[in-house]
Formats: sequence, C-alpha cells, structure tokens
Amino acid sequence: MSEPILRTAGLTKRFGGLSAVNNVSLDLHVGEVHAVIGPNGAGKSTLTNLLSGDLSATEGTVMFAGKNIAGLKSDVISRLGIGRSYQKTNIFLTFTVFENCRLAAQSRTPHVLRVFHRAESFVDINQQAEEAMEAAGLTARRDNIAATLSHGEQRQLEIAMCIATQPRVLLLDEPLAGMGPHESQRMIELIKALTPEHAIMLIEHDMDAVFEVAHRLTVMVNGEVIASGNPEEVRASPAVQSAYLGTVGTVGTLGNLGNSGADENEHV
Amino acid sequence: MQNLNPYRLNSSRFTNLLLAIAVVLIALFPLFDNVFYTQLISKVMIMAIFAMSLDLLVGYTGLVSFGHAAYFGLAGYALALMGPKYEAVSVWWSLPAAMAVCAAFALVVGLLVLRTRGIYFIMVTLAFAQMLYFIFHDTKLGGGSDGIYIYAKPEMKWGDTVLLNLEKIDQFYYFVLILLVLTYSLLKRILGSPFGRALLGIKVNEHRMRALGFPVFRYQLASFVLSGALAGLAGYLAAVQYGFVNPEILSWHQSGTVLMMVILGGMGTLYGPALGAFAFVILQEVMSNQAWFGPQAKHWQLVMGIIVMLVALYLPQGLAGLFRWSNKKRAVESVEANHE
Amino acid sequence: MDAATLLIQLLNGLQYGLLLFLVACGLTLIFGIMGIINLAHGSFYMIGAYLAWSLTSLTGSFALAILLGIPLTIIVGMTLERVLFRQLYQRDHLYQVLLTFGLILVLEELRSIIWGDDPHSFSVPEFLNHSIPLTDNLSYPVYRLAISGVCLLIAGGLYLLIQKTRLGMMIRAGASNREMVESLGIDIKLIYTLIFALGIALAAFAGMINAPLSSVFPNMGSPVLITCFVVVVIGGIGSVKGALIASLLIGLADTFGQVYVQELSGMIVYVLMAAVLLWRPEGLFKRI
Repeated sequence: MSEPILRTAGLTKRFGGLSAVNNVSLDLHVGEVHAVIGPNGAGKSTLTNLLSGDLSATEGTVMFAGKNIAGLKSDVISRLGIGRSYQKTNIFLTFTVFENCRLAAQSRTPHVLRVFHRAESFVDINQQAEEAMEAAGLTARRDNIAATLSHGEQRQLEIAMCIATQPRVLLLDEPLAGMGPHESQRMIELIKALTPEHAIMLIEHDMDAVFEVAHRLTVMVNGEVIASGNPEEVRASPAVQSAYLGTVGTVGTLGNLGNSGADENEHV
Repeated sequence: MQNLNPYRLNSSRFTNLLLAIAVVLIALFPLFDNVFYTQLISKVMIMAIFAMSLDLLVGYTGLVSFGHAAYFGLAGYALALMGPKYEAVSVWWSLPAAMAVCAAFALVVGLLVLRTRGIYFIMVTLAFAQMLYFIFHDTKLGGGSDGIYIYAKPEMKWGDTVLLNLEKIDQFYYFVLILLVLTYSLLKRILGSPFGRALLGIKVNEHRMRALGFPVFRYQLASFVLSGALAGLAGYLAAVQYGFVNPEILSWHQSGTVLMMVILGGMGTLYGPALGAFAFVILQEVMSNQAWFGPQAKHWQLVMGIIVMLVALYLPQGLAGLFRWSNKKRAVESVEANHE
Repeated sequence: MDAATLLIQLLNGLQYGLLLFLVACGLTLIFGIMGIINLAHGSFYMIGAYLAWSLTSLTGSFALAILLGIPLTIIVGMTLERVLFRQLYQRDHLYQVLLTFGLILVLEELRSIIWGDDPHSFSVPEFLNHSIPLTDNLSYPVYRLAISGVCLLIAGGLYLLIQKTRLGMMIRAGASNREMVESLGIDIKLIYTLIFALGIALAAFAGMINAPLSSVFPNMGSPVLITCFVVVVIGGIGSVKGALIASLLIGLADTFGQVYVQELSGMIVYVLMAAVLLWRPEGLFKRI
C-alpha cells in the first residue's frame, strides 16, 4: 500500500501511575479501514482521544501528512483534516438535524466577517450539509430537532457531522453502538462508501461489522497492542484468541458485545 | 431556524410584528407630555440596551458574566473624564471613544478570564469589575466615592448647526430610542450570521464545536468585546441622562441586577432581556413609591428579592418563555430543562 | 518599619487571613461538595454579627450570645437549604447565582426591618479586653490573638474531621462521586445538609467573633463575600487547604498593602487573583 497518511509511534498516555495507552504504533492509509478492537478498558477510546487532540500524549508522536500533530489542540487537528465521531452521542441536541450538519460544514468555511449575511444564505455550506445528511440517510429528518431523533438516527447524525467537515481521516468511535440490525447494515454500507476517499480508524465491538469492512485489524488489551495486521491472520492468532476473542470459533457468536458500563471514556 | 413554508404565520414573524408595534407606541409616548414618565421610559430603554448586551454573552454564547457593570460604568467615567469640565463634548467622537475604551478593557479582561470556565468564570468576571470599582472609589482618578458631575451634556453638531440637544428630554428620548432599535437590529443581524450561529453552537456544546474545528476562544473573545462595547453604549447614555457618575454604577449589585433582567426577561431571545429591563424598572418604581405603599415602601428590595428568587426557581425561561408557542420551541425548551 | 510595627502588621494580617478562612472554607466546601454557588454566604456572616450584637445586649453575655446564635443560624440555614437550595442542585449555576442574589436582597431588607440601619458597636468581652505590651508605646490586643487562636483550632478540627473521620471520608467520597456514595446506602442528602450547616455556621461564627472589632453595619457582608470569592478562586474550589493558604496570602497582602500602597490597596487582592489565574486557571489546589 501507499504511504500512511497518519502514523503513530510509541504513543503513550499515563494518568498518574496508570498507562491507559502504552507504546501504541499504528498507521492509517487512505482507502483502508483500520479496525481497533479490544475488551472494555483496553484504551481504545483514549487512543482516539489522543489522535483527535482531546487528550495530550505523555510520550510518542503522531505523524499526519509528514507533520507531528501530537500535542496540538483538537480544533487545530480538526482543521488539518482529521474528523472524529463520539461513542457517547455528542451532537447539538437543541438544533435541527440540518443545523447540526450546517454548523459542522461551516467550520471549513467560517465566513466570520460576513456578519450581515444570514447563515443559511451560504450555498457552499448548505450544499456540504445536504450532502452529509444524504450520505447518512437523514434527509427526511432535516427539520427535526436532534433531541427528538431515535438513538440510531442520532448516531447517524453523529457521523453526518463528521463527514460534513470533509476530513481525510475519520476516527469512528463505536458508530454502531446501540443500533438495530437494519441501522447497523446501513452504517456498514456508509463506511464502505466512505472508504475509498478516506483513511478510517474504526473502533467497534460488533465483530461481524468489523470483519466485513476492515482491511487491517489491531487488537488492544490493557493499553497495549497485542496483535496487528491482516484481519484473518490476527483472528487466527492464538495470543489474540486467548486474550480477547475467547475460545476458538466464538467469533461469530460474540456478535455485538454491547455498550460498556465503566468505559475508559468516563475518565476522559 | 429554517421555515419551509413562508406563508404560515410563524412565531418569529408574529414576534417581530409585536416588537414593531411596541416601537411605534414608544415613539408616540412623548406626545403625552409627561416629563417624569418620559424620563423613566428613557431609563428603561437604556437598561434594555444594557440587558441586550449581556444577553449576547449569556444567552447566545453561554458565558455568565457577573461583572458586566464594569463596562456600563467605565463608559460613563470615560465620558466624564474625556472632555473639559464645563464644556460640552461632541457626541460624534465621545460616544465611539467611550465604547472603544470599553471594548479595549473587555479585550484585556477577556484574554484573562476566558481561560476559566463555569463558576470560576462567574467569580472572576465579578472580581475584575470590583477592581475597576476600587480604582474609581479609592483613587483620585474618578473623584472617589463622590463621583463626578457631567456639567454639560454632549451635543451633536454639524458645523455650527445643533442637530441634537441632549438637554431636551424629548430629543434625548428619541436619540435613545433610535440607538435601541439600532442595537437590537445589529445584534439580531449578527446573531443570524455564521458568526452568531457559531456562538450559539459554543453555548450548546462547546466541546463539540472545538472538535469540529472552531477556534472557540476567538469567538468567545469577540463576543465578550462586542458585549462590553454595547454595555458601554448604554453606560454612556445613562451618564448623559443622570449628568453624574459614581462608583456605585460599577458595583456588583448593578451587575447582578442586569443579569437578573436578562433572566427575568428570558435569555437567548434579545427582546426578552429588553422586556426584563422594562419589567424591572417599572417594578422598582412602583414598589418604592411611598405615596402608594407608605413608609414600608423603602423596603421594596425585599419584594424584589423574593421576585428574583421566584423567577430563578420557577420561571427559567423568563417572560419571553410565555411567548414560545411553536412546537419546535417547546421541544427545545424541554430538552434544555432536562439537560440542566 | 521597625520590628514591633512589623510584628503588629504581621499578626493583623494573619488574623484577618484566618478570619477569612472561616468564611471562605464554608464557601469552598459548599461549592466543592454540593456544587452550589451561594452568593448569600456573606449574609450569614452579617446575620452572625447582628445576632451577636443583639443577643449580647439582651443577655449581657457575649459567650451566651454565641452559644445561642450558632444554633439559630444553623436552623435558618438548614431551613433555607431544604426549602430553596435543594431545588437547584441539578440546575445551571446561573440560576443559583440568581437565587442567592435575590436571597441577599431579602436578607438585607429583613436585617433592616429587624435591626434597623444604624451601625452599632459593642465592646470586646471583659476578660479578653487586655493588651500585651510589645514596646514602650505599642501593645497588641489579646482579643485579636484570641480570634487567631480560635480560628487555628477550628482549622485543625476541620482537618481532623475531613481527613481522619468516617464522616470526612464520606464527604470526600461524595465530592468525587455522588451516585456511587448514594448507591452505597449513604444518605447523601444528609451529608449535604450537614455540609451546608457547617459552612454557614462557620461564616456566622466568623461574623460573631469579629463583631466587636468591626461593629455591625448595613451591608457588612458584601466586602467579606467578594474577598472570599477571590480566596476560593485562588485556592481552588473545594480545597480546604487551598482556602487556608489563599486566605493567609490575601490577609497578609491586604494588610501590608494598606500600609504601603494605601490608595491601591483595594485592588491588590484582584491583581493577585489575576496573576494566579494566568498561571493556574483552576486555582492553586484541586479539591479536597
């Protein structure tokens, strides 16, 4: 494959004596989905937070298009072209679906000085928002207040906002969480559609989805990478089987492990 | 918010109509030729500008400032100090200058206080206002606790012709009315622009705004400065009306009062706080009227305090909440209530 | 400045700081643990002072006044907590600010109705009304030393309470994770009520013991309140240790400031705060 667009080396995050993420190196390539899996508390969300700038790393580098972005603030990283979706839905609940996407799109062309023009009058922003809503399948719910959406629809909105910022890299934190089979399938199709143009890091518990879309697989346990590479090889590796997937042959039945209780997200 | 069907009588059109009617009524009021009430309404309008400036910060950017009186008072002192003692200054430069002083102070304070959040922010804005209070109260700069008189009100001339004589109550009244309408329109415009939408986004979910790539600090600072400048406009007008400035106009009681007006009226609506200013000033006038309530009227603050407490407990959307009859707004309200 | 004057200013600064600590400690505990910002905290300081004055006039004994006044204030406080503050636990700070601002107005007017608007002074209790001579013509009032001593005792007692007792442990736990504490069967509501009562009792007590020195006058709670806010911001919300250090810092800065830079002394406290915030936007110490 080509050069990785994002590469981490020795990424570490310590909270006091605890290493939530320890010496993690992985890379993301455009046109690939790199799935990161692991039990609860493995450090996956912390890793995402480190990449998006929500947390600053204790050690290590994150090279994005040749530049080290470790330590940059989250708004700077977003503007560089790295977008993320949140495991715990993080939308603007009191705005309409359209406004959520419009605001997300506005971040790329802020038009700050055009204070006398109505926000809805900017065709470029509107178009971006419409396209993002379309891709996420939310066009029908355009004028509904986000709080009135179903859980699955809110997750779709979560992704739509991410897409509206036109990132090169997508960090998706459990996009399928809490979704039923139809919605999950829809989301999987969306991820597949996005893959050619983007580099995607996917954190998920839904193994079926993971094996359907992932080109690469990394397994994390206790903050460390215990295996990384081709999904089939990783799945077959005995270390991974005993540490995470349980006994041989249970991959399919594990299915959707569901949402975590005390997730590492709580400490962030 | 987008309205797909422009022909339906939607709530914001109706509100605009009500506001237009109100402006016409206010414009007609001086014809009744009642000096006391004309001056009172002028005072209401000035406080309305003050309250709207705070609404920009509190209701639209989500920053609760408890030191907004600093800018209100600073403009008054700037006017008192900037010109010769017994001569009238020109409105043309003294008004922008006073506002610029406030904007500059807001810039400096904002750079410091916007590093804090939540309760720290509240306390820190309070303390900076106190700093200013002590400067004017304890030093000779501002005439100490006695304050300074403004012996000659500013004038508006074009060459040798006097365009506006602010000593005349009616002319002052219309001057204030025009500025009130301009302030409201300006703010409404700005808040409908991308910048304004970003502010609202910051209020609703600051974290996500940052994650989306907005430089949140800059937006907050801009809002803080604009808010301070507009408070300065109100303070300038107040100083012109009273002909006098003293440290009490910078006090935290003043900051608390204007915050109360914003919430009483309904924050995040702009017209709400104006309504709150009206309600508050009228309430104050009525309750402290000894002719009606006898000597006990001097304890009017007791009733005011109770009203404030009742509003805080039971009327979080303020008076403007009574005007929110669209389903969309009700849905928004129920979300806001559940997420507090 | 010679040694004796320096000593006097030092003692004054420490005494003022310790007094501030009593009031600020309540404020920071109430905010840190209950998440409530109580602007009316200064009003309890005032209530304490006025109760001390009127109960002393009534009973003739300062000690008795304190013994009666503290429980009275606690009852008032707990009633307010149950009736008013409880409704605002989950609400935005904005409404707490507003509610307590209204409460200040109400309490001030009630004070005006009950006790009038004239300032009143009353004397230090006889057995403490001595001075310790320092030089030929300078001496230091025993009463001030007594205040400092009492404050130190209370500070020590608080430390023991919070760090060494089961109640203290529950308080600290409640500060970190309210739901967990509740699910362990501990009545968090009771703890909140106790904290609130403790906080305002401290404020009222401070008002009482300082009343002979400050006299009682309208709006006497305001400057104390504002200064305590600064103390809490500098020290870090919820941190008793921070409140102590910040109080002493401010007490000394203010006292020496009045000597050296009279005109600008009112500002010193705020300049200090700005300096601390530039360095540490969340105060010097994290909670408890």
